[in-house]
Parts: sequence; structure tokens; C-alpha cells
Amino acid sequence: MASAPPHLLGEAAASPAALRRFLHGLPGVDQVGCEARTASLSTRSIKTTSKAWALDLAISTIDLTTLEGQDTVGKVRALCAKALHPDPADASCPRVAAICVYPDLVATARAALGDSNVRVASVATAFPSGRSSLDVKLQDTRDAVSAGAHEVDMVIDRGAFLSGDYQRAFDEIVATKQACGTAHLKVILETGELMTYDNVRRASWLSMLAGADFIKTSTGKVQPAATMPVTLVMLQAVRDFRDATGRQVGVKAAGGISTAKDAIRYLVMVNETVGDDWLDPAWFRIGASRLLNDLLMQRTKLTTGRYCGPDYFTLD
Amino acid sequence: MSFEYAPAPESRSVVDLKSSYGLFIDGNWVDGSAHSFKSVSPATEEVLAEISEASDDDVDAAVKAARRAFTRVWAPMSGVERAKYLYRIARILQERARELAVLESLDNGKPIKESRDVDVPLVAAYFFYYAGWADKLDHAGMGTNPQPLGVAGQVIPWNFPLLMLAWKIAPALACGNTVVLKPAETTSLTALLFAEICQQADLPPGVVNIVTGAGDTGRAVVAHPGVDKVAFTGSTEVGKAIARTVAGTNKSVTLELGGKAANIVFDDAPLDQAVEGIVNGIFFNQGHVCCAGSRLLVQESVYDDVLTRLKQRMATLRIGDPLDKNTDIGAINSAEQLAKIRELSEVGETEGAERWSAPCELPDRGFWFAPTIFTGVSQAHRIAREEIFGPVLSVLTFRTPAEAVEKANNTPFGLSAGVWTDKGSRILWVANRLRAGVVWSNTFNRFDPTSPFGGYKESGFGREGGRHGLEAYLAH
Amino acid sequence: MKVAATGWRPTLPTETSAGRLDVRKTYKLYIGGAFPRSESGRSYVVSDTRGRFLANASQASRKDARDAVVAARKAFAGWSGRTAYNRGQVVYRIAEVLEGRRAQFVDEVRDSQGLTRRRAEAVVEAAVDRLVWYAGWADKLAQVVGSTNPVAGPYFDFSIPEPTGVVALVAPQESSLLGLVSVVAPVITTGNTCVVLSSYDRPLPAITLSEVLATSDVPAGVANILTGDPAEVAPWLASHMDVNALDLTGVGDAELATALQVAAADNLKRVLRPAGAVDWTADPGIGRMTAFLETKTVWHPIGI
Repeated sequence: MASAPPHLLGEAAASPAALRRFLHGLPGVDQVGCEARTASLSTRSIKTTSKAWALDLAISTIDLTTLEGQDTVGKVRALCAKALHPDPADASCPRVAAICVYPDLVATARAALGDSNVRVASVATAFPSGRSSLDVKLQDTRDAVSAGAHEVDMVIDRGAFLSGDYQRAFDEIVATKQACGTAHLKVILETGELMTYDNVRRASWLSMLAGADFIKTSTGKVQPAATMPVTLVMLQAVRDFRDATGRQVGVKAAGGISTAKDAIRYLVMVNETVGDDWLDPAWFRIGASRLLNDLLMQRTKLTTGRYCGPDYFTLD
Repeated sequence: MSFEYAPAPESRSVVDLKSSYGLFIDGNWVDGSAHSFKSVSPATEEVLAEISEASDDDVDAAVKAARRAFTRVWAPMSGVERAKYLYRIARILQERARELAVLESLDNGKPIKESRDVDVPLVAAYFFYYAGWADKLDHAGMGTNPQPLGVAGQVIPWNFPLLMLAWKIAPALACGNTVVLKPAETTSLTALLFAEICQQADLPPGVVNIVTGAGDTGRAVVAHPGVDKVAFTGSTEVGKAIARTVAGTNKSVTLELGGKAANIVFDDAPLDQAVEGIVNGIFFNQGHVCCAGSRLLVQESVYDDVLTRLKQRMATLRIGDPLDKNTDIGAINSAEQLAKIRELSEVGETEGAERWSAPCELPDRGFWFAPTIFTGVSQAHRIAREEIFGPVLSVLTFRTPAEAVEKANNTPFGLSAGVWTDKGSRILWVANRLRAGVVWSNTFNRFDPTSPFGGYKESGFGREGGRHGLEAYLAH
Repeated sequence: MKVAATGWRPTLPTETSAGRLDVRKTYKLYIGGAFPRSESGRSYVVSDTRGRFLANASQASRKDARDAVVAARKAFAGWSGRTAYNRGQVVYRIAEVLEGRRAQFVDEVRDSQGLTRRRAEAVVEAAVDRLVWYAGWADKLAQVVGSTNPVAGPYFDFSIPEPTGVVALVAPQESSLLGLVSVVAPVITTGNTCVVLSSYDRPLPAITLSEVLATSDVPAGVANILTGDPAEVAPWLASHMDVNALDLTGVGDAELATALQVAAADNLKRVLRPAGAVDWTADPGIGRMTAFLETKTVWHPIGI
């Protein structure tokens, strides 16, 4: 299908060969150096006031997620209630950024959230594997958007990407972006299947060139999901992309981030890699389900001065 | 939104500082017969303790104690037993790691994250590594039953006080030598704490002797006729003086001296990691590193890209309280060193290089210098030739691999070098041509007890670390 | 092996074949593959151990030493860049050519050192054998003194020996051929280049050895041989800032040796100064090679 190169680097998308040349011309990523950098960032010690600030920021960047076959309307409603008032006992606790559900539960979430500023994100494009025809993927997207999704989390065609058919992966993103209309498009790279950081960087650029508003690490259905190094490479990619094109793209780390300590490490990494401009739910998200309760426990510890137990926080 | 990190200071309470320290000779603490001097925290200029200055007589007593311990106890002892002492020391170093790290940062000014995550773990690792050699020297490739040299006089610098102690003492003891060690006058405290550790380990008296003091004490150690082996880490200037002093004697010598390492970045390098390597190369330990990558050679085609990323990265460096766990750059070790860094930086500007420093607030008290780079530097500039030994990077460019190698080697030094490229064959081509004792490819400033370290040309001779490190302490 | 006597004895002024005045050799220096006279125009009389005139040898000056260092430096990159196998073959070739000139060397060694013919033959044979021994080391030493280092991290880390650079050698004063070969061979086998000050009183085998070197595929400048007074020339080599190492084996005067050591400190030359007299017939070990080697350690991350 005809692609519409939307950016200054559109020449990269002028032909499959040009796209390939461009992606393979990106600087490589040394695995050891990349992982050493994240290990070093992980030693940051965030205490007292900065911890309080970071915990609240972490809560406000959460895409509170449920993506199970057994999801129910009731569960989604409960999740929405939690999204609006994560700590019912503390009105100063910020809301999460969004609820993330399957397309068929978008309407439920929209109704539950009303006109709050909590967004509704829907996975689409034959999530999580992406193994369907393009028509099915696009219809999936249109369903989600018409049900009221503010944001669409699509998956890239890893098969095409890994086989070197970058153009096909690119064109699908362009088409999905069109199907989204005004909804924001998050492109899931599923980094756990990309095998190398070089591929993560290429997939990031490919997605951004094709029009992604966000690039997202993982579906949460493949191990490993989000990791610090993978997210670091993606943060470097959005930084470089903005330098090259002037367009800012968001980053979502999803899957496997379950403790406040982890979440703060990611925020530190955002802070020291791309800075203030991305330290905002509009540009950085954490996709998680269990994380919120740990953030709340730590938040309560800070305000009360004593350690908390899980029984004092709702499971969903 | 802006993410401010609240202060996260490591507690000082773990350190039990005494108001004054004597010399550690023959297993005992003795008062020096000469003067004393003050050890100051470079971050605050707070006086930490009074330290004895060892006189010639004190050094003589230490050498005699070391000689007695050598002939009566340590050399005759089986390697198996020597090994167990060294393992014991390694374990105590691990047990008291926090205390050592805090004291090192307090006395030296280096960030606690480095003393905690780099210096002290490596110190224990060096003792652990050489402990294992003590009973395997027959297999070290220096003949069967290789013999120790005798008393080793060791003089170490202030940049890695405890780590340099480990590099010196661990192999010396493993090989059956005894030692008289002189720490640098601005950083004696961890060596003195190490003396306590020797006591805790029940190391026989006289095997390790610590004599504190300045240049005169060091000269006395080197010149003492009872010293069989001299090991020195420090400036090239002093290294040359030592080489002259020992001329005509039977002393064997190893010298680990200055450097002006080139860090070569090719256009196909993994750029983000290269930038990390550049930052680590020159700003690790405030640039007080003999093998620091103080000359950045960037291929012209990626010059702008690298400089942009480098400046962005430098802007995130956190300068301040060495004991704060989030500090990346600590204090310059002394007023003298700060003056030297300032002077050479001013020369750099006078010579026409362009100076850029990371935006950062420096504390009012103490000795501080912002991470700085000079662009537009040519090979002829003093800042490209002389060792600044501070957080100052000179940036040069090149077009071809041959030019990069030629510039990298165009120095009297030859300690280390870095090369960054994704092309394996080019790494080996460049590494093969660099006249330097350590070549870090796609990494920088890595150290390991198994890995020999030492320089070519005026960066000294002999190797420390690995099997090679034994050669300096055995007759062969 | 019995080598046919040629009857041609270039070094002995007294010997002529019947009715024919022999053609004597002019003994010159060996610098950069050429055989110049000393730039100073000086020569000195070389006599045998009984004081009989043997020849006039060139008396090298500081400028000859300077030129020799330039030649050695120029040759270093090429020679050290050869494969170890190739260097081994070249050193072996020296042995072959020396063997071919056996008779000449036997005569010169006999005259220089006052040995019996049999002793002189043994010396020459030992010199040939020493070259063969060192030749074999060229592609083995790195395996013996190099290492891969099991560092505690995701890095491949290896250490290899590399030649130090330009080595200035004061050759043994007594052992005019075997001692000379025993100090030169280990230095060049590993890829160094050198400037050699031969035995002052017994320089003739050294000059003939340079003719061997010149015809043995040894690149010009790899070994440069000067005849002259160590007390005059060695200080210039010891203080030369483009010389990387100094072998004081042939400096008998302890005061001079110490002065040279002090001068060598100016650029931190690696200095070899044997503790006592060296037995050139003994197993040399690898110490003369490792004394003029640097260890280079290379790190690289292991990742995908």
C-alpha cells in the first residue's frame, strides 16, 4: 500500500532499500556498555522529598493495565475507580495516566472514567502477536477508536521486521496511524523478540518515521518485557529523533515493572537521558498492573513513617 | 517538571577517626620521631587527623623490621600459609568495605559511589587473586621454586590510595616479600586503616609496615640500602628520579607513571556507549587517573554528533559532596592539584583552544573544578601533551585510521588508549599499532586483578596485575 | 661438519698465498643496511691477543650513533610488523649464512680471542646454534608469556608481548661472536631493532657478522653495528630520547654503567644490567627476550 512519509527523514521511506540503508546506518549499540550505563543509573539514591515527588510522578505516568482473557466489565470498572482515586484515603494522591484494556472493554472504561482526564488506551492490531491480515488489524484499530479509545497500542509485525522486510512493518504502522484518526498511536516493538539492542534502535526509528506518537517496549506477554537497557536505547532514539526532526515522541515501558524502586529507576533514567521534557505523562508512561500498589505502599510509608502491608490496598 | 535529587549522604558514623595517627612499624603503632602533618578533607578543608611524618630513622626502623620479618617468618613460611593470611585480609576488607569506602571518600574526595563500587571491591579482589598465587608460584612460568626479592619499598599516589596499596602489597606478600609502604601525604588514612586490618588478620609483625610522610619519606624508602625492590606509582618526574636513585644498585624497580591517553572514536562507533566511555575515561575519579582518556580523537564526520551528545551527557554530571551517593564528580584532591589544573586550563585558553565547562554549581569550600572540555585543540598545545590529571578533556579530530594512530602515539607517554568502532578488524588493526600498555576497545577504564596493567615509554615499566604482576616480586 | 679450507684469510696480514698479495678487507660500520666509514673519519688499530696488527677498524662517533638510531627507528615499524613466523625465518637465515662463513668466523674468533682453532670452532658453532634456538622462539614466545585474562566481567581480555622499540646494546667485550650473537638475536627475534656497540678490542667478528646480516634478509636498519669506544659512544645512546632500552652487558666499568643507567632514566629506558659475568655457553633462558618486551593488554566487551 502507498505509504505517506510524514517526516523530514521521509527519504528513508522512499523505498525498501532506502529504509533498510537508513536503519542500518544508525549507530550500533554496544550491549555491555548499554547495560553498564543502566546499572550505573540504578545506583541513584532517591530519598525523602525527591522520593515523594518521584512516587507521585510514577503514579501519574501509569497506564493501569488489564489484558487478560478473563477480564470482566466489573474488573475494568474497579480498575477505573482505582485509576481515579488510587488512594481513597488520600485526596492528594495523583490519578494514573490511563487505563489500558482490550478493544471490547473500551466503552466500559470510557463510561467509568467519564470526563476525567484519565485516558483510555486500547491494544489493537491482533495484540499481542500481530499475526493477522492487515485488514483485520485495521478493523481492530477502528473498533477501538470508535468505542472511544484515546490511545491505541499496536504491535509491530515482528516477523516482517526480523526477516528484514522493514517496509512491510513500516507500512502497517502508517496504515494504523491513519486508522487511528486523532487517537494517539503507541507502537509496541515487543523488544523481547527483537534479540539485539541494534534491532531495538532500528525498530524505534522505523516506528517514529512511520508516525508513532509513542514507542512502547512490550506487550507484557513475552519475556523479557521492559528492561532498563531496552528502554534506554528507546529513550536515546526519541532524543535523537527530536534532534533530527523537531518532533517529540513518547516512550512507554510496559511489563515487568512492579516495584516502586524499579519505577523510580526508570524515572531517573528518563531524567538523565532525555531530561525534563519527557518527565511528564504526556511523554513517558509505565504500563503496569501490580506496580501501583507498591507505589502506594511506599507513598504511605513516606507520609506515615511506618512500613505498610498489602492488605491495606485493593487488589484492583 | 524537574527531578531534583535530595541529598543522599552516606553516613560518616561508620568511620572511627582518631585525632592523630602514628606509624605502623613491626606490627606496632609508633610515634614518628619527626613532625606531623594534617590530613584534610578536600571537599570541606576540614582537618581529619594529624599524621606522623616518618623520618629517615623511622624508615630505617621499618626496613629493619621488614627485613627481620622477611628472613625469620615470611619468606620461610609455606606458600599455603601465606595464601591463608592474604585470603584472611581479603575477607576482612570485604567485611569492612563500607568503612573503607567512606574513609576513602572523606580523605581523597572521590565520590562514594566510586569508592564503594569500584575501589574497595577491587581492593578485596586483588588480595583474593594474589592470595591464590602464593602457593602456586612454581607454576607461574618463572622456574621452579622462584624466590622472593626481599624487602619491597613501595610508594603510592593519592588518586586511588587503597587500590594502589592493594596493587603493591598483595603481589609482594604473595611472592614472599615483606613491605614498607609509603602512602601519599594527602591520603594516608585508608593505608593506616589497612594496618589495623593486618593486625586483625594476625599478620606477623613487620610483614607490612606503613610509613606516612611526604616526598622526603618516599625518597628515604627508595634510597634505603636495605630495600631490595622499589615499586612506585606516581608522576613521571618522580619516576625518573627514582630510576636515577637506584642506578648502580641491585634494586629491581617497577614504575607506573603518567599518561596522556588517546580515546579514538571512529564514525561507526556505538556513539552512545562511546560518549559514556569518553565521560568515564576523563571524569572518573575527577580525572585523577594516570590512564585517563584525556585526549579525545574524533573522526571528523561524527565530530558534531559526538560533541553534542558529550555536552548533553556532561550536563547531567553531579558535582559535589563526595559522600553523597548521587555524586558523580567529587573534589579535587588538594589545593596544589587544583592550582595545577587551573593553570593548564588557562594555558589551554591562551593557546587558543575553546573551553566549555558543564553547567554546575561548585561548593564554596573545598577544592573543585567543573568537568571541562577543550575543542579546537592541536597536537602542539600543552593541554594535548601534558598530563593535567584533572577533569579536563582535549578534543582533537582525525580523518583516517592512520592519522588517528599517528596522533595517538605522538606522545612520550604510553600507558593506555581507547578505540571505539563497530568494525572488529579495525579494532585489532588499531590496537596492534597503539604504543600503549592497555588498550580498551569499546570500553574504558576497566580494571581487574587478572589483567596486567602498565605502560610503554615514559609511562613506566613493569606490569601490575595478573601472572605478569608476579614477575616484579620474584627473582627470575 | 668439516668445512673446506679456502686458504683465503682476509683478516691476517701475514698470510699470503704463494706469490700473491692478498686483498684485505676494509672494516667499516654497519648502519641502515650500508657500510659507511665513521663520519668522523677516525679509525683505530685492532690487534690480536698477542698484539699483532689485524686491521684498522672504524671508530664510531656520536654522530654515527645518532645515524644508527635513526636507521633503527625507521626500520622498527616494518620489522615489528612482520609476522613472527617471518622473523623466525629471517633469524634462521642468519644462522644459515653464518654457518656458510664458518671458516672466516673461526679465524676471526681465534685471532680476536686468542683461542685454539678447536675452541674457536666451538664458539662459532655455538653462535650458529644460538641463532637457530632464538629463531624458533619468534612464533612461540607470545604463547609462553602472553595470556588471556579471565576478568570478572563480560569482556574478552588478552595480553600479548610486543617489542619495546629501539634497543641500544653494548656487546660483551670478551666474547666477540657468541656473546654478540647472544645479545643481538633475542632483541631482534621479538621485533625490536637495535644499535650495537661491538667489543672494542675485538670488533672484527662483529663487522663480519654485519656482512652476514646484510645478506640474510634482515631488513636494513634492524641491526646496526658500530665499532668504537663504549666510553665515548654509549653515553650518547644512553641519553638518546629515541632509544627505548639499553643493554649494559658489555660495560665492564661499573661507574660508567651507573652513569649510563642514570642517563637512561631521562626517558625511562628499560635497562638490562647483568649482576655478574655471563656464561655465554649456558642455556640463555628467555630473560634476554622478555627484558625488551612490553606487555599490551587489550579489552573488548562480549555482547550481541
